[in-house]
Amino acid sequence: MADFLQIENGQALPLAAVPTIGLARFARLIRDFTQSGGAIVQFFAHQEQARPNCHRLYAVTRGSGLFALATEVDGDFPSLTLAAGAKFAMFEREIAEQYGIKPTGHPWLKPLRRHDRDYEYFTVKGEGVHEVGVGPVHAGIIEPGHFRFQCAGEEVLHLEIRLGYQHRGLERLFTTAPRGRLPIIAESIAGDTAIGHSLCFCQAIEAMAGIEVDAAASSARVIALELERLANHVGDLGALSGDVAFAPPAAYFGRIRGEFLNLLLLMSGNRFGKSLVRPGGVGQALGPMQFDAILEKIAELRPQLKQVCDLLFTAHTVTARFERAGLVNREIAERLGLVGPCARASGLEYDAREFFPSECYATLPGNVLGLTQGDVLSRALVRRDEIFHSLNLVETLAQAAADCQAAADWRACSPAPEHLVVTVNEGWRGEISHCLITDAAGRIARYKIKDPSFHNWMGLAMALRGQGISDFPLCNKSFNLSYCGFDL
Amino acid sequence: MLKIIGTRLNQGMRTTPWPKKPVTLAASYRGLPRLNDQCDAAIIGQCAEQCPQQAIDAAAKTIDLGRCVFCGDCAGDFVRFTNDFRLGCAARSDLITAGDLPDLASRAKEQWRKLFGRSLQIRQVSAGGCNACEADTNVLGTPFFDLSRFGIDFVASPRHADALHVTGPISKNMKSALLDTYAAMPEPKAVIAAGCCAISGGPFYGSEEIIGDLNSLIPVDLYIPGCPPHPMSTLHALVTFFKGRAER
Ligand code: SF4
Ligand code: SF4
Repeated sequence: MADFLQIENGQALPLAAVPTIGLARFARLIRDFTQSGGAIVQFFAHQEQARPNCHRLYAVTRGSGLFALATEVDGDFPSLTLAAGAKFAMFEREIAEQYGIKPTGHPWLKPLRRHDRDYEYFTVKGEGVHEVGVGPVHAGIIEPGHFRFQCAGEEVLHLEIRLGYQHRGLERLFTTAPRGRLPIIAESIAGDTAIGHSLCFCQAIEAMAGIEVDAAASSARVIALELERLANHVGDLGALSGDVAFAPPAAYFGRIRGEFLNLLLLMSGNRFGKSLVRPGGVGQALGPMQFDAILEKIAELRPQLKQVCDLLFTAHTVTARFERAGLVNREIAERLGLVGPCARASGLEYDAREFFPSECYATLPGNVLGLTQGDVLSRALVRRDEIFHSLNLVETLAQAAADCQAAADWRACSPAPEHLVVTVNEGWRGEISHCLITDAAGRIARYKIKDPSFHNWMGLAMALRGQGISDFPLCNKSFNLSYCGFDL
Repeated sequence: MLKIIGTRLNQGMRTTPWPKKPVTLAASYRGLPRLNDQCDAAIIGQCAEQCPQQAIDAAAKTIDLGRCVFCGDCAGDFVRFTNDFRLGCAARSDLITAGDLPDLASRAKEQWRKLFGRSLQIRQVSAGGCNACEADTNVLGTPFFDLSRFGIDFVASPRHADALHVTGPISKNMKSALLDTYAAMPEPKAVIAAGCCAISGGPFYGSEEIIGDLNSLIPVDLYIPGCPPHPMSTLHALVTFFKGRAER
């Protein structure tokens, strides 16, 4: 442990302060740390312009705190997935794809987002085993992705999910686009998480350039993040209800979701809250006009949500379908490094709002976990509980809210040169984290984005093992992961 | 069962009165911009220079709604955003505007009105983008917007589709799937570019991983600006363009 540097969420530090140790020791320390319950927040490579033959690997891990560690490699390196487990699998595939350095011994080294190389699907052979392929274009209005099921009759033996169809080259764009474009790009990493990703981006810039955010603006940002959570959780409950063909709650939740989007519209002029969060605070002035309307809406919607939740969760036909569907037990969730409501539904307590509070979260009460048996029912109930918890948070903050002004122009700011900052926020899908590294001139040399879906897609694949293939839509909805957030 | 009925009574009927009655969106919503051509040239120049999307032409005093993300950064003396959601246009050049868009109903082709005026089946393809466009298209199926009351539905198979609705900047990785979908549709087929991504690459313009302009791949018939377009913009554009009714 002594080698790790404990870091604070959203605090810039000189690159030289990150301990850089030999590869063998690095691998051993990280392995030990993660095998005793530690999780990975970021694991990525960076190639400094001045030293083209050397790649630095940065690891940001979390236990009760956040820790950073680095090493240098000049080519292939021994796989941590092999040594320490599945949590590393996606990160190492990403490193291999982005920089052409291979984690040797990686058991599942395939392209992650790129489609210009060969991709071999895992296949199961045997009597009665057949394959079902779905996507990239799906039946509904959804993002593209390819699902390949290996089935014996109705039973899914294995599901492989191939993504990358939404790849827009975002991390590179952050290092090449002019500053003024960056907030627009950040809120379009995943539109349903516009607030969450914008927060990570803005906090990173603020930390680098020493920009202060006043308390009123900070509280407005938290209101927005919670409204985003509310809209999505409510929408998810509606979608789950729709997937088991229980139409009334699906319709009501769908409509109520729209009410929360309209509150974001009221705050920002956009239903997804785009243009609300900006470095230095918020993009536009906010006052009683917004906060009073929010309070009024919450008072109106809370009883409606209670009623519709009651309708959904007391219907035996619904709970019978939700229960024991798509099981991911705690051990698997831990091994895969799942985050967010899906992880909490399996009994992992981590919530970034409580562990590494950003903005004003440290002053707010946390949520209490209910049912944690790792099935669709638990994932639905965790969302229900988080809905009522978020309603309370928004209400508390809106009652005490003070007027805030639009943030000053930040584009002329000077980020600290050769620094690194890691930002972490609990989005509605779970832990979002960005990492920004500046070069000697204070420009963005590396921008690393991690959407919670990066951890959780593997969880969905595992949830399908042994399930009937017809349960896929239900299991999928209970995770509701982001394609574009993964594909970047 | 009683609970279901009780909830039903309690929740009531919630469908938007549009198009029977005009609807007004929240004043905060940034819809059709109106440009002040009397504005000081220095201010116009500043707006143009600071626009993250390079959507403002200072000399012509116009905004390109196909590039604009409606971020509101330019709002002020030169640009005033109204809450008018009627943004659909039939030609790319119409999107470059000082605030007056041509009447969409009169631009609809007679042939389509005849063919699709009573029933329009749309296949949606998401090709890159941030998924907000898809989300705000999906809501048209909720009871509030209730798209099917106009005889318009989103369908699963391109073989059943009359129109293709594309969102996203067309990532390179989606190009072939998009073209395959288009090829699988029977003639005649209309193409809709929804959101600034599909029209110009949107927030991602300049990235090497995207095509950035749907029209460069397949001919676009209807453009719906926005980031994302408000569901009312989409509803208005579809109903007006394919039904040929001048809706409010
Ligand atoms: S609202 Fe549109 S035109 Fe104005 S600055 Fe933003 S992107 Fe540019
Ligand atoms: S146009 Fe805007 S909302 Fe639509 S996909 Fe592109 S970035 Fe997202």
